[in-house]
Amino acid sequence: MHSPQLLLTMYRKMVLARRFEEKAGQAYGQKKIQGFCHLYIGQEAVVVGINEAIRPDDMVMTGYRDHVHPLVRGSDAGMLMAELFGKDTGYSKGKGGSMHFFDVEHHFYGGYGIVGGQIPLAAGMAFASKYRNEDRITVCSFGDAASNQGALHETFNMASKWKLPVLYVVENNKYGMGTDIARVSAQPDIHKRADAYNMRGESVDGMDVLAVHDLVKELAASIRAGKGPVLLECFTYRFRGHSMSDAATYRTKDEVESERKRDPILKLREHILERKVAPEARLDAIDEEEKRIVDEAIAFADQSPEPPIEDVWTHCLVADGEADVKPRERVRGATDVKWPSYPTDFKVTWELEPREPKDEPQRAPSRKKGAA
Amino acid sequence: MPELAYRDALNQALSEEMARDPRVFLMGEEVARYNGAYKVSQGLLDKFGSARVVDAPISELGFAGLGVGAAMLGLRPVIEMMTWNFAILAMDQIVNNAAKLRHMSGGQLRCPIVFRGPGGAGGRLSSQHSQALEANYAHFPGLKVVAPGTPADAKGLLKSAIRDENPIIFVEAELLYGSRGDVPEGEYTIPIGKADIKRPGRDVTLITWSRMLTAAVLPAAELLAQQGIDAEVIDLRSIKPLDHETIAASVRRTNRVVVVEESWPFASVGSELSDFIQRECFDDLDAPVRRVTGLDVPMAYAANLERAIQPSPERIIEAVNAVLYRPG
Ligand SMILES: Cc1ncc(C[n+]2csc(CCOP(=O)(O)OP(=O)(O)O)c2C)c(N)n1
Ligand SMILES: [Mg+2]
Repeated sequence: MHSPQLLLTMYRKMVLARRFEEKAGQAYGQKKIQGFCHLYIGQEAVVVGINEAIRPDDMVMTGYRDHVHPLVRGSDAGMLMAELFGKDTGYSKGKGGSMHFFDVEHHFYGGYGIVGGQIPLAAGMAFASKYRNEDRITVCSFGDAASNQGALHETFNMASKWKLPVLYVVENNKYGMGTDIARVSAQPDIHKRADAYNMRGESVDGMDVLAVHDLVKELAASIRAGKGPVLLECFTYRFRGHSMSDAATYRTKDEVESERKRDPILKLREHILERKVAPEARLDAIDEEEKRIVDEAIAFADQSPEPPIEDVWTHCLVADGEADVKPRERVRGATDVKWPSYPTDFKVTWELEPREPKDEPQRAPSRKKGAA
Repeated sequence: MPELAYRDALNQALSEEMARDPRVFLMGEEVARYNGAYKVSQGLLDKFGSARVVDAPISELGFAGLGVGAAMLGLRPVIEMMTWNFAILAMDQIVNNAAKLRHMSGGQLRCPIVFRGPGGAGGRLSSQHSQALEANYAHFPGLKVVAPGTPADAKGLLKSAIRDENPIIFVEAELLYGSRGDVPEGEYTIPIGKADIKRPGRDVTLITWSRMLTAAVLPAAELLAQQGIDAEVIDLRSIKPLDHETIAASVRRTNRVVVVEESWPFASVGSELSDFIQRECFDDLDAPVRRVTGLDVPMAYAANLERAIQPSPERIIEAVNAVLYRPG
């Protein structure tokens, strides 16, 4: 049984995510946001179900459909919106925009614009955790279409062989831009591809936040226990186009309407009411509170200045002794920012590839020039 | 000072840095049990174990990206590319992730990583295995590019590269691994971004880096000396950041410049140098800058064609004669 608190937290976060994206869409229409902008509307159960099942200090990353992943981890909604508006008060000072959200304080390691490009990075982050003998896991999301990238196959092979603590999540919304994933995939059941790498593959109804949550709880524990990476396929749907410039004519009205009936927020709302966890009025109040947070975020982004023009030169290379920028400290003057710090002196105890007697070389290795 | 081979100087740098800093690990194809395709990592597996000297599958894109992710989380990966030809498969991770992370994150993340391996001609390996590609990487903001031409520079620069807070493209030379030279022992680094005058001279400045230094430029300078021409030889060592001061000071002394590079002429490091020199040293120049480059064709296998494609002392002397307006 899920606790009332968990259910209400998930409801709150999904509503926040939905409102944030709706407002971002509106602001895009007003040209306050420009460029590529990919909304997460319809897919909220995936991110929220996962987030409530992992630890706050686990690491999360995704592709360019990245607004909601940091938001539900606790990022400052105003600063995220400001990044969309290209303002100085954004998390990346307006250098990243919609596709490149980063909030290291909340262990959100980015928004990446090259389809599938984040997949190897997540293995590297998991490698670092294992190397230092930490028990944090990395969760890396990508779209269904990203699963046809070579980066995925190269990475799964290594992640599985070295039992890296990473959860790969396919947000399968059925399409990569306008292309139905089944049209271009010899194996459209993406989680089954895990078999090829001796890796655990699972799937779940990504419109059901409780199902996502429960499965990820179990998977995260298994990954944390050193049992190796997992590929989790979440069947979901985006209610809007691929990006703001997509009219989504490749889908029928019927298809979109029937998917909308599976709206993950409505589904959770019904569940909460059925179980009498909270009365309707309480949920309406949550709706209002989250709407207000997003309205304030828009106002904050609107009123924020553009980055100073001298900043065009900053953050290209790290200068000697240059510190990292802590966004909430810089923008909000926050004094409670916990920033990750990593040891510089420790012992590596991990035996990545233990040697067996049969592996010992028969004779001393030759020193002559090798060949490629 | 002990004399070491270029590969052993690199090995010392790796070994010393790994002993000094547990965050440093080496990953690449054949680096561990095979001791490196070119034996640069000889003995490191035995010293540091299989989590710090990692044999990777042949997945350049994958393990380059894995390195970037590890660097984002406070490790200091050294990613060995068996040769830079194969790193072309990894370019997305190097260019789109390593080089841009600090920028995209607005200064939240850093990516202290070294990508290293041999570049340039391999010796009768034909076109896919003989390419000097450093100009490609120098093109991208967010990367530093280093290409040492001597064992001493190789050691000092690799140690600096591993300690640097930024992604470094460290281009070794396939045909230099066996070359020998004096190498200082122990703690010893060379700053990235400092060129070195390998031969002082008054009449003409020859600018080069990596293998061309010993394979073509210094021999050309000796031949020129016999003809009474005193050439100054600048070894860039670092391609980016470029040591503008050393270059400009030399041009002010000699008033004539020849750039010698192994790579192709179009949009090359030499083009960048020529632009800089004509812009910043126009009044000091007595002749247009000349360039001696690899011919603008893929590398051939046949011995005579392979020789013809690469810069030679003869072609360098011809270019020097041109900037001196001296009959050949
Ligand atoms: C390497 C690369 N190729 C193409 C693109 C253009 N592009 C951006 S998103 C996208 C579709 C990706 O779909 P999917 O992985 O299913 O994610 P979704 O957008 O559905 O969340 C394409 C083709 C890109 N950004 N990167
Ligand atoms: Mg998709």
